[in-house]
Amino acid sequence: MTAYAGLDIGSRSIKLVVWQGGGVAASRRLPTTFDAVGQLRTLFAAGVPERLAVTGYGRELARELYPFARSVTEIKAHALGAGSLFPQAATLLDIGGQDTKAVSLLPGGRVGRFEMNDRCAAGTGKFLEYTATVFGLSVEDFGRLALTGDNPPTISSMCTVFAETEATTLIARGVSPANIALGLHKAVVSRTMAMLSRVGLAAPLAFVGGVARNPCMVRLLAEAADTPLLLPDEPDMTGALGAALWLRSVAP
Amino acid sequence: MSDAAHKAMWEALDLDIEAHDALLAVLGKFYGDIYMAQEGRLKGAEYLDFVLSEVHGLRIKELQDAKAAGKKIVGTFCVFVPEELTLAAGAVQVGLCAGAKAGTELAETLVPRNTCDLIKSFIGFKLARICPYTESCDLVVGETTCDGKKKAYEAFAELAPMHIMEVPQCKAPADRALFRAELVRYKEALEKLTGKAITAEALAEATRTVNAKRRALQRLSALRAADPAPISGRDALLVNQISFYDDPIRFTAKLNELCDEIEGRIAKGEGVAPAKTPRLLLAGCPMAVPNWKLPYLIESSGAVIVGEESCIGERNTRDLTDETPAGLEAMLDALCDRYMKIDCACFTPNDERLEHIAAMAQSLKADGVIHYGLLFCQPYAHEAMKVGKAMAAAGLPYLAIETDYGMEDAGQLKTRVEAFVETLA
Ligand code: SF4
Ligand code: SF4
Repeated sequence: MTAYAGLDIGSRSIKLVVWQGGGVAASRRLPTTFDAVGQLRTLFAAGVPERLAVTGYGRELARELYPFARSVTEIKAHALGAGSLFPQAATLLDIGGQDTKAVSLLPGGRVGRFEMNDRCAAGTGKFLEYTATVFGLSVEDFGRLALTGDNPPTISSMCTVFAETEATTLIARGVSPANIALGLHKAVVSRTMAMLSRVGLAAPLAFVGGVARNPCMVRLLAEAADTPLLLPDEPDMTGALGAALWLRSVAP
Repeated sequence: MSDAAHKAMWEALDLDIEAHDALLAVLGKFYGDIYMAQEGRLKGAEYLDFVLSEVHGLRIKELQDAKAAGKKIVGTFCVFVPEELTLAAGAVQVGLCAGAKAGTELAETLVPRNTCDLIKSFIGFKLARICPYTESCDLVVGETTCDGKKKAYEAFAELAPMHIMEVPQCKAPADRALFRAELVRYKEALEKLTGKAITAEALAEATRTVNAKRRALQRLSALRAADPAPISGRDALLVNQISFYDDPIRFTAKLNELCDEIEGRIAKGEGVAPAKTPRLLLAGCPMAVPNWKLPYLIESSGAVIVGEESCIGERNTRDLTDETPAGLEAMLDALCDRYMKIDCACFTPNDERLEHIAAMAQSLKADGVIHYGLLFCQPYAHEAMKVGKAMAAAGLPYLAIETDYGMEDAGQLKTRVEAFVETLA
């Protein structure tokens, strides 16, 4: 039985999904670190898959290492992955380490209109990660803390650096960390909603990417979009899954 | 030209030799990666390579020789400056390119930080003393188009001899009358500069020269409707870029030769990319030399660019000046008619631009349109939205990109462009 490997090299983590015989045969995830090449060598220590599709921001790098690999953008890969998990999904939101993408889905996980943040990290996983450090918290704990807030201040700056300054000012003014955390999450959600509306947000909405693990983001987004979200069990694996499925369709 | 002769010439122009060397090194590398590495290039592209390799050499030498023979050099930033008049005055017109990040920090001492890179670039080039064209100019002509430019010219006027043309923002009879008067004022400025009166004969001849150049560029655009695409968008852009500073008569002859070669290629069904490669129309802000970032990203993402709806492209070549009127006054009327057709985003309303884009996409058989806006460029940022709606109505896939001359966003841009191309396939 032919195996199709999808490799998604993101700014934070490297994801691998192997699709074989109509299901996921293997899936792995490891941090990208500053040495992505070394990490890939570790990942493929036992051998590089014969059929390999690469996606994510490191796809060019992977193509240098594995010239036989086929490359696909993460926008298409996530759409295909989400489309296979949730055939009913009409809109896709992917918030990863450094990019946010909103995609309107056509039947079969095909891409309609899409939006992506530009060079700036505003509204991406990086924004939350960065602001979490102000509180000396991991991103996961930061999300949990935010859930306990009840009176969030409005964070007006969407610039990652200025938002940190704003948060520091709020701390000095005695606003509780939980509320500041909630305010920061809300800022990301409102930015994201603007992107979603530009592609024509339609329910059901699938939410993927590492940030979909953040419970506060999930709750706020569901409220703002006024629809329950379709959430994969492993939201950060969608791109790798989509890449594997794409490979199967283009090179069976 | 020998290296020593180059250097002596640059020193005579008071360039900052070290900074200029650095600029040329970057330009050379960039050109090699983006142009020389292309496959299936036209033979006639050798001329482009040659002109570009001598962009700061032979062409500058020609300008210096012209100056020594008493000719004046006029630098421009906008397609509203009528080359017909400049040539009729016996002067040489060069477009000042401003397509690279250079002297940014210096420029930011004269213009606000949130100014588009095109403006920062021409100010930066001047302040850093690295552009031999700017330094060769006897007169620089600015125009009141966008706010960024017109205020920047106030600062620039302290550094170089300037003439400012008022370009109206609407197209009513009163606006036409204004621009008609501005043509006269520009004519007088040229006459003062050169000490010669512009005659009807000289203007008629200059009009024929400029029209011939436009016809050759139109011929090139029309040939790009062929599938497979006979020339890369990068090379076609370069042709348009060079049209702003090369000698117009020589350029026209060379371009017609290139078009002959392209016709032969089309007859044989050959192209730079296989037939059915996704074809894109690029619309928006002008891309001055060496601003090749986006075209390169697009053409390395599995698509080919078939047209440039921009001032360095169709907006500069679409309309000819009527050659039939006799007598200076009637000829100036004809010039006014021709220039007032330009569909720059600085005008309001500017709906003809939307129609032009849709028509271009159709005649060039484009599969989609990419709008390019420079960061901080208000007029084109507004129109990017309007174009988006117009393309949706025309059923054409559309992607709007806003970027600048920096390379930091190359990765993200590539993802967006590739994803857009994927949706077309
Ligand atoms: S975009 Fe407008 S202002 Fe800029 S060069 Fe073109 S016509 Fe002139
Ligand atoms: S790109 Fe826009 S802001 Fe810059 S000079 Fe042209 S019209 Fe003005």
